[in-house]
Amino acid sequence: MSPATGLKRTPLFDVHTASKAKMVDFGGWEMPVQYSSIIEEHNAVRNAVGLFDVSHMGEIEIHGPEAAKLVDYVSTNNAAKLKIGQAHYSALLYDHGGFVDDILVHKVAEHSFFLCVNASNQEKDFEHIRQHNEFNANVDFASDRYAQLAIQGPRAVPTLQKLTSTDLNGIKYYWFTDGTVAGTPARIARTGYTGEDGFEVYISPGEAQRVWGEIMHAGSEFGIKACGLGARNTLRLEAKMALYGHELTASTNPFEADLGWIVKMDKGEFVGRPALRELQQAITRKLAGFEMTERGIGRDGYEVWIEGKPAGWVTSGGPSPTLNKNIGLCYLPADCANPGVNLQIVIRKAPVSAVTVPTPFYKRAKA
Amino acid sequence: MSYPEAYRYTKEHEWVHVDGDHAKIGITDHAQHELGDIVFVDLPKSGSKVTKGHTFGSVESVKAVSDIYAPVSGEVVEPNPLLSKHPEKLNEDPHGEAWLIKVKLASPSEANDLLSAADYQKYIGAE
Repeated sequence: MSPATGLKRTPLFDVHTASKAKMVDFGGWEMPVQYSSIIEEHNAVRNAVGLFDVSHMGEIEIHGPEAAKLVDYVSTNNAAKLKIGQAHYSALLYDHGGFVDDILVHKVAEHSFFLCVNASNQEKDFEHIRQHNEFNANVDFASDRYAQLAIQGPRAVPTLQKLTSTDLNGIKYYWFTDGTVAGTPARIARTGYTGEDGFEVYISPGEAQRVWGEIMHAGSEFGIKACGLGARNTLRLEAKMALYGHELTASTNPFEADLGWIVKMDKGEFVGRPALRELQQAITRKLAGFEMTERGIGRDGYEVWIEGKPAGWVTSGGPSPTLNKNIGLCYLPADCANPGVNLQIVIRKAPVSAVTVPTPFYKRAKA
Repeated sequence: MSYPEAYRYTKEHEWVHVDGDHAKIGITDHAQHELGDIVFVDLPKSGSKVTKGHTFGSVESVKAVSDIYAPVSGEVVEPNPLLSKHPEKLNEDPHGEAWLIKVKLASPSEANDLLSAADYQKYIGAE
């Protein structure tokens, strides 16, 4: 933590400031928003490879004979179906069906699960899981034991392959392997938050600076760029990946957020399920993608009108460097959330035209 | 990038170049650098009035929207036509080609109390 600002720092803080990154307060963390240019960093990930410090993300480990039962009770996806070495996207919900957080669940061993959770939610998530631990399972707050690096882009495999003996092509999407990277033990997961191929690598914080340097060196022949949270946001928005605090909040539920696919209503009881049963019968609003059809950028929090009347709000919006359009996600009345609906986004008191479009905005070509 | 001696500057990071009873207004190199990749510029139409210290438009980067404040009062003669198609020029040449608006000054002496190039550079150095 910085004594002056009270903000938390990752083990890579000195590397970021040495590379003249612009640092911002991101949910209590002093993080790089950009190193050179958000657009250049974004394009590096789409066309080559980018490296992100995501060590602010939290890790929670759940062990014990009933670890799977606890995970299944506190999260929406079906953890019992995970194979060892497999991961999935899931959510923690309140009793009323709103989001505590969205998470990644990794099954490490028969009685051992590894959760990756959002930085600013980690303490809340830990408490939430502990409170619901009526099982023979241990819940361990493990964030201090991990730094996390994301290597993302079409050149992620050849970059990382130079630093590991693990056959990276043998790791399928949303699977992971425990191996080494640059000689240090690493959990290597083929996951990401950019819409590109790539890996999220969990290592010891003490090794983070050295491994960062080795990855930058390994990727230099492909034009690797250090990427900040600015590019991370434009990349995930194009891929329509949700962000807690924006699309997902305590007052939105998985069905309206278009995340019904991570909710397994028939897997048995879980926190939030009784409320979801009711909510499922009466979906009033839905998340929709839009693009601006007039000059203007619809941004987070802006009001959305249909035929001149308030209809919803923008959850995330901004320029899409890949598509060269201004895009966004918004909540709309459920019967207006299909593509082709004319909207007005209220930009500094003026309604500016937009239209709902199919999502994701960007999908990578299959290899 | 150099800060022209002939310009006057504000603490909100605009510049004004007075030429007789007309002036060009822009944002400083420091401002464009702080904003990052500029993707959108919203400027007033010809004939509209701008008032010293009041916002007259906005510049948007990938991440954020920034209001621009008029360093002097006057009537807009021309918004820079380059910027509607090429907002990124503001990152490349903020003190030259990528000026924002030309105005006919309400009072040419209004710019006198703004910062000199040297004082502005001292100000951003200390910021």
